[in-house]
Amino acid sequence: MKIFFFIFFFIFFQFNAANSLIKVDITRGNLDPLPIAVSPLHVDPNSQSLKDLKIKGLGDKISEIIENNFKGTGLFNPLPKDAFVQNPDIAHLKPRFEDWRLIKAQALVTGKILVKDDKLKIEFRLWDLTASKEIMALAFTTTPSNWRRVAHIISDKIYERLTGEDGYFDTRIIYVSETGPKNRRVKKLGIMDQDGANTKYLTLGNELVLTPRFNPTNQLVTYLSYFRNLPRVYLLDIETGVQEVVGNFPGMTFAPRFSPDGKKIIMSFAKDGNSDIYTMDIETRVVERITEHSSIDTSPSYSPDGKYICFNSDRSGVQQIYVMKSDGTNVKRITFGSGLYGTPVWSPRGDLIAFTKVRKGRFYIGVMRADGSGERLLTENFYQEAPSWSPNGRVLVFYRETKSGANGEGFSAKLWSIDITGYNERKLSTETDASDPSWSSLLSK
Amino acid sequence: MTKGLLFSITFHAVMILLTILTLPFMLRDPIDLPPILSVELIQISDKTNIPFAPKARKVIEKVKKEEKRVVSEQAPPSAKAKEKPDRIPLPNEKKDKKKLVEKKQNPEEVKPEIRQSSEFEKKEIIDTNQIAALIDKAKEEAALEQNTADKLTQSSVKNSFVTGLTLSQEDALRAQIFGCWSVPLGLPYDTNLLVRIKLNLKKDGTVLKSEILDHERMNKPGQKFYKILAESALRAVRLCQPLKVPPTGYDKWKELQLNFNPTEMLRG
Repeated sequence: MKIFFFIFFFIFFQFNAANSLIKVDITRGNLDPLPIAVSPLHVDPNSQSLKDLKIKGLGDKISEIIENNFKGTGLFNPLPKDAFVQNPDIAHLKPRFEDWRLIKAQALVTGKILVKDDKLKIEFRLWDLTASKEIMALAFTTTPSNWRRVAHIISDKIYERLTGEDGYFDTRIIYVSETGPKNRRVKKLGIMDQDGANTKYLTLGNELVLTPRFNPTNQLVTYLSYFRNLPRVYLLDIETGVQEVVGNFPGMTFAPRFSPDGKKIIMSFAKDGNSDIYTMDIETRVVERITEHSSIDTSPSYSPDGKYICFNSDRSGVQQIYVMKSDGTNVKRITFGSGLYGTPVWSPRGDLIAFTKVRKGRFYIGVMRADGSGERLLTENFYQEAPSWSPNGRVLVFYRETKSGANGEGFSAKLWSIDITGYNERKLSTETDASDPSWSSLLSK
Repeated sequence: MTKGLLFSITFHAVMILLTILTLPFMLRDPIDLPPILSVELIQISDKTNIPFAPKARKVIEKVKKEEKRVVSEQAPPSAKAKEKPDRIPLPNEKKDKKKLVEKKQNPEEVKPEIRQSSEFEKKEIIDTNQIAALIDKAKEEAALEQNTADKLTQSSVKNSFVTGLTLSQEDALRAQIFGCWSVPLGLPYDTNLLVRIKLNLKKDGTVLKSEILDHERMNKPGQKFYKILAESALRAVRLCQPLKVPPTGYDKWKELQLNFNPTEMLRG
């Protein structure tokens, strides 16, 4: 019986001891950018030479593109190359982790380039320096002229691996390129990579163009231009260059945007001083009226699941943002703050709506939840509007104009981006002045 | 027969008594533990013996001049005070410290940070149309604050009683890891992501072994976010080595569990 007692006591106190494991809850961390070392990619000496491309410096160029992409996010801190402690070729095989840790790097990117049979093969590895192990390795084979895209795709893969979120580097931005004096602006459709490279112009500048928007496959663009002196919505195929007027409306159509499945265009149609929202099926050309109100309803934008539409309307007397079901029922006002609200755009993640707010002569770009709560104004300026989301819903691109003199001197329009936390505002580089940007979805998806 | 029965009854009674006395979940309401609260106060006064003591002295003198109040009234501010010791020596972190405290009081209210550039927004707060809303909000904030304070007091009481780590020791450790943990900001804020890491420590605080308690979740399909969070947590632990552990009581903390939960941060 004594033994029985002892066993029982032993088990009892063991249980108590196990229960006393110290537990500490960690609910906060830092938001400092992650220090990352992007080693220049090693060029294989057996690579063949190419006419149009200098292979020798390609490794440095690709690593620079990756670094610039990371710098722009505000989430990474690419370390200066002069501090690097190992040659690219050896680091790619097996980094000396302790040496890289000395320069305070937490992650390391290495890679190798080989050109063979006129094909470019780029491989890269991502190393976790604190765990001393490789956490990702991929290789891409493509035509040599695609090297910039490969650099962006590598950036996307690393970003996704380290943040848990899709990247947004292998994307394009379409915008209205502006040249000439303020009262005689020439406006063309421009398209460029998100980092400002590879700019091309899609229209000649004979007619005014406004509000270009990509479709989900990035193949088509819808925008506003003039047809017989009347603003009309156009559709343009980027690859073929074919453009056409959308629908046969007896009046002016504007503010077009694609539905998330790319099958419809949603836009405003104005007649006799009243504008309402319409959709048109691109295949069947069937037009459907969505709102029917004596006020001005415009700037419609679908939620990513296609079930809801947000738009702005002055039906309450002041321009505010409303949300309704995609068939036009159940209209609800979601903004009640002072000032005017316009250009609502639903985030690709579905959780937020970006907007422009005008109050006391100042312009704000902000975000709020889809029910109108949690309004956050991200940036304020003399004149700025037209936010457009990056495909991962983390960054907004918009345009900002400067104040000009009486004759238009000192006027400029530039593209800017800001992330949804309100930090990391930066100017995008464009060849000309630019306005009305629209961000494409990921090209490689 | 009766002997056996008597023996059995006595044995069961002893067991029940032991259970009540020793098992932590059988404890009474924490309100019944005023002496433990006073112990916490002593530790806070320890913390104030650091470079910024003149300020603290003034406050203490003021408090002394007032009539001595009930101990429990001083207890809630301990939640704020405990942030200080690790952060004061680092001048660069002064601003961050303030922000963190604000967040803690009302996790959902991050507007001040984001609106920093906008003077207009500050004016708008005084808009008469919004006064009613603000009053309601103030009530909510007060309630939240009270809630957080209550929670903290309870958990700290429980922790010091059950585990043997004092508030300041636990805070020192927590603050150290806060600084090392780069939270992956792309994680979804509406998913319940909790990474539990069990550490075996050496006496100097270096990590002998780290083990993710739900490690089988790491390689499951669809658990990409969990894996990224777990990796970031492990990175934080490795970066923080040696951990700030108490000089004594090694047996109590040689095994330690860290629960990483970024939900509050991701919600903003």
